Amino acid sequence: MKQLALVIDLNVCVGCHACVTSCKEWNTSGSAGFMSDYNPYEKDPTGTFFNRVQTFEVGEFPNTQTVHFPKSCLHCEDPPCVPVCPTGASYKRPEDGIVLVDYDKCIGCKYCSWACPYGARELDESQKVMKKCTLCVDRIYDEALPESERKPACVLACPTSARLFGDVNDPESSVSVNIRENGGYQLMPEWGTKPANHYLPRRQTSITIHKDELTRVDNPLKKERQLPMPGKDEQTLDDITSW
Amino acid sequence: MSKPLHDPLSRSIDESSRIEVKNTTCYMCACRCGIRVTIRDGDVRYIEGNPEHPLNKGVICAKGASGIMKQYSPARLTQPLMRKAGSDRGAGAFEVVSWEKAFGILEERLANIRHTDPKQFALFTGRDQMQALTGLFAKQFGTPNYAAHGGFCSVNMAAGMIYTIGGSFWEFGGPDLQRSKLFVMIGTAEDHHSNPMKIELSKFKRNGGKFIAINPVRSGYAAIADEWVPIKPGTDGALLMALINEIIKQGLYDRDFLVKYSNSAELVNMDEASSEHGMFVRHEVPKEEGCFDPQNKLWWDRELNKPVIMHSEDSDPYLLGEFKLDDNTPVKTAFQLLVDRVKDYTPEWAAKITGIPADTIKRLAYEMGITARDEKIELPIAWTDTWGKEHDRITGNPVAFHAMRGLAAHSNGFQTIRSLSILMSILGTIDRPGGFRHKAPFPRPIPPCAKTPTGPEAVQPDTPLDGMPLGWPADPDDLFVDDNGEPVRIDKAFSWEYPLAVHGLMHNVITNAWRGDPYKIDTLLIFMANMAWNSSMNTEQVRHMLNDKDDNGEYKIPFIAVCDAFESEMVSFADLILPDTTYLERHDVMSMLDRPISEFDGPVDSVRIPVVPPTGECKPFQDVLIELGSRLKLPAFVNTDGNRKFRDYPDFVVNYETAPGSGIGFLAGWRGKGGEKFMKGEPNPKQWEMYEKNNCVFHYELPRSYQYMRNWNQGYLEWAKRHSLTRYAEPINIHIYSEVLQKFRLAAQGKSDGKQPPEHLRSRIDEHFDPLPFFSEPLETLSTDLRKYPLNAITQRPMAMYHSWDSQNAWLRQIHTHNYLHVNPKTARAANIEDGGWIWVESMHGKVRCMCRYSEAVEPGTVWTWNAIGKASGTWGLSQNANESNKGFLLNHLISEELPARSDGAKFSNSDPITGQAGWYDVRVRIYPVAAGEPEETYPQFTATAPMPNAKRKPSHWLKYFAGGRKS
Repeated sequence: MKQLALVIDLNVCVGCHACVTSCKEWNTSGSAGFMSDYNPYEKDPTGTFFNRVQTFEVGEFPNTQTVHFPKSCLHCEDPPCVPVCPTGASYKRPEDGIVLVDYDKCIGCKYCSWACPYGARELDESQKVMKKCTLCVDRIYDEALPESERKPACVLACPTSARLFGDVNDPESSVSVNIRENGGYQLMPEWGTKPANHYLPRRQTSITIHKDELTRVDNPLKKERQLPMPGKDEQTLDDITSW
Repeated sequence: MSKPLHDPLSRSIDESSRIEVKNTTCYMCACRCGIRVTIRDGDVRYIEGNPEHPLNKGVICAKGASGIMKQYSPARLTQPLMRKAGSDRGAGAFEVVSWEKAFGILEERLANIRHTDPKQFALFTGRDQMQALTGLFAKQFGTPNYAAHGGFCSVNMAAGMIYTIGGSFWEFGGPDLQRSKLFVMIGTAEDHHSNPMKIELSKFKRNGGKFIAINPVRSGYAAIADEWVPIKPGTDGALLMALINEIIKQGLYDRDFLVKYSNSAELVNMDEASSEHGMFVRHEVPKEEGCFDPQNKLWWDRELNKPVIMHSEDSDPYLLGEFKLDDNTPVKTAFQLLVDRVKDYTPEWAAKITGIPADTIKRLAYEMGITARDEKIELPIAWTDTWGKEHDRITGNPVAFHAMRGLAAHSNGFQTIRSLSILMSILGTIDRPGGFRHKAPFPRPIPPCAKTPTGPEAVQPDTPLDGMPLGWPADPDDLFVDDNGEPVRIDKAFSWEYPLAVHGLMHNVITNAWRGDPYKIDTLLIFMANMAWNSSMNTEQVRHMLNDKDDNGEYKIPFIAVCDAFESEMVSFADLILPDTTYLERHDVMSMLDRPISEFDGPVDSVRIPVVPPTGECKPFQDVLIELGSRLKLPAFVNTDGNRKFRDYPDFVVNYETAPGSGIGFLAGWRGKGGEKFMKGEPNPKQWEMYEKNNCVFHYELPRSYQYMRNWNQGYLEWAKRHSLTRYAEPINIHIYSEVLQKFRLAAQGKSDGKQPPEHLRSRIDEHFDPLPFFSEPLETLSTDLRKYPLNAITQRPMAMYHSWDSQNAWLRQIHTHNYLHVNPKTARAANIEDGGWIWVESMHGKVRCMCRYSEAVEPGTVWTWNAIGKASGTWGLSQNANESNKGFLLNHLISEELPARSDGAKFSNSDPITGQAGWYDVRVRIYPVAAGEPEETYPQFTATAPMPNAKRKPSHWLKYFAGGRKS
């Protein structure tokens, strides 16, 4: 069964937040919009985002890693937010596995956000309905768009192409290949939610220097007059003894 | 009950709406990505990267994707405003005036200045992408007092590299990450060239390259580095010199490259008594003198064991050694002088200064040297060098570097960047695959040909300036000084204080004008620069200077006009405010005459085309300049009969030629009557339409054989000459040893005939104009009591707010609403400071109160914060209690624009003594907890600026943006 998802490559994510705001600008005026902002120009502004980047540090100086961690709805294959919904507003689409909220049915009871172990759902405080990532469902099937652009806004925006999009249940898809070959993992699999979104870990490249690489025969220093020579007018043994 | 809202089969929201999609160019930062803007029923619905644009290839950053909130910001200025009589500058009391009145005021004032003393008018611009026009206006007006923001940004990066390799990073060139194997980024968190850097960095990592980040802080790009090398700020020069030392010591340099393509093997006169001391020995005076390096210096041939003219057929010279010429003149090769210089700069020495272990420095040197030597790239591309030798391949050493303000914004930055350029050169990586690559119109001759006038007589009433306001001095006689050696410019650029100030010193303009040193000015016109806040050092005092009056009650700076699109802190200090358009409302050009967006493979320029009409009465600054130029009858803007020549800026761009019939204009693409020519050609009335049809970008891809080795590539240089990019198709040899600097030193030593520095500056010039890089602590450090102020304090830019010129943006300010001082927990705990606690940060110049955040990603001797998140209360359309002003803070209050006065009372800018680059990152501080009971609010606070008249109404608490309005 088809399961669309994002695979996020932490090896190249620089935490630029392009995914955060491109998501907001597409979706606020899209079928999932608007996405309200409270106190937009005042103290303590806050608003609805479908995707946020968390930044944290791992390790102690100087062995510190700075990790940027984008997080949105993971479109679980077994989403705990769906069965708890008293009105059926939360649902998972059988045809592509996208988890959606029908705002017309949502009563803003927040059961789903309590059920979600990932904190991916946010109540839009002005409309009092639950809003979340739709994988840009209003883009990805839009035949008015060229095929190359039928992707979530965050995927198209990402400058490091850290966000891959596709069917994780198709073993030949690029997302599946990446999960397989680059150590893709799920968040908190122990909850049994089977999150469709995956993450690819940091991969470290290092250079090994062999000692003999520093002692090559073609070392350019050999071409130069490296050893000091006495001047022609300075004495040598030739000048002072005849043996 | 309607259908589920998210059913993709439901009626598209867009179906009943009027949708337009237009291409233009982003201006949320200086990157200039191609964007596609969707307009729905007149509102901006979506801004995305243009997939067909060569620069960003469809991607966009957080700021670019937040352009909608910029367009509809309540901080927009929409009408010309005049300060109310009797109100203080900075208070924000304004009244609306008509454009006609605004123009009338400026016309009268400026005409009078131009008729009497044109230098009384100063035009300084901030994040200017129209220096071709602003510079032209200043020159035509006749004032020398013009510059953009480069002096307080990264002029060291431009000057240090251009004076060494004829090119630099960002618009001028960059790392070839497609083919590189090892990439070293120094002193860069998030910086130019932003999206292209991210695109390439990701590909580089996926291709298995190793990425090393050298930075006191692990943020920005460094987050994904394979190795983070923490370094103490301002000590990069020590590291680079030690790397050069170790690479040479191990014989890991590219000898062949240095011999052929740099001045390394050229012989330097070592006779201290000679007026030619430290100069290259020349074989004969060249037939033609011009802005190029004559190939008349000497090598010492290994076979013949005697001097020969450089590049003699089949000659293989010594790269190292000292010799005696027939006339007994002692000479050394330039490379020998470099070896002598770096001899004591050992890794062990550098370890103590930089905080990087000596073994790490050695390993870095080996990784660089061995990768460069053993991972050679060969491309089957034939090319011919400028000496006529044919080559059947292009080779490259795949080690690439990138650096920016972390190196540049120190008073020792120029020599540090010279040492970086030398490191890149000895590894043989200049304009070769996998290394550094130029972007047209670079490389330029060293130094580039443009020159300022050389004396005050160039400034005459009612006359254009006799020369360029900014230029590239090649020797002391090029300085812009009077007979006493005193500056002609208000910022003292190109004087003996800052001889190579090629981008000016905008950061000292207000202080100098306020003090009347070197003279007073009448009118200061500022475009898009926040000099009353984050773009000034010593912000609190600068705000005072802007508002300060003399004994007669007259302002010390009599008239200030500011053009900006938003209510910045600076705007409230203006006497006259000119409301600018946003980037979505204007025509613009990214011109070959300024900073184009060229790619490695050839020249690229681009345009902005309005996608929405101007808001209110906003007028693009370019139209303002053309209007003023026409009213003042500046020659370039009027016909011989004195009538206006250009209708508006678009008309100017199409029809302006640098000289009558030159065929060179602001745009390089689709020139000629029918658009059939490029680079050069008659004006084309349909040029804008042709750009519009082509994604707003012109991209000429050079033949492959012209894409590399361009300093010495005959094909390329002749192509560049044919297309008037350059006057000379002569080789541009790398200046390992800088004779240009030595000429200034000889003048300081009294050994040369030309212009001489004033006595009190001789030793300063003698010390700093060293023809080889050297390491010395930044000037601020040398004058600080380091026992009292032990910590370095620096700023970085957050990626989501790069440049940090947008705090009013409703979406972005939710990502960064205020800033902390980031401190290593060890350092913080030693000072009894808690994570999240309120602290004082104090330098010898001032103090700020802010909050501390523990961070393991900063070396313990450094504290840092995000730049320009803090705002003054009441500005940028934010409420007076916004987090930006109550919890956000500005480090600038701790940084002085001037160094402590010298013992003889002489005052110098807190800048590099060579280029005048602002030493932002030189400040030293101490930190301590606030006392009990102190307010939990940042310090200093300023009286809130009053709202502008007719300010756009802010949405009350809720913003529910939906382009075109939600239809039921």
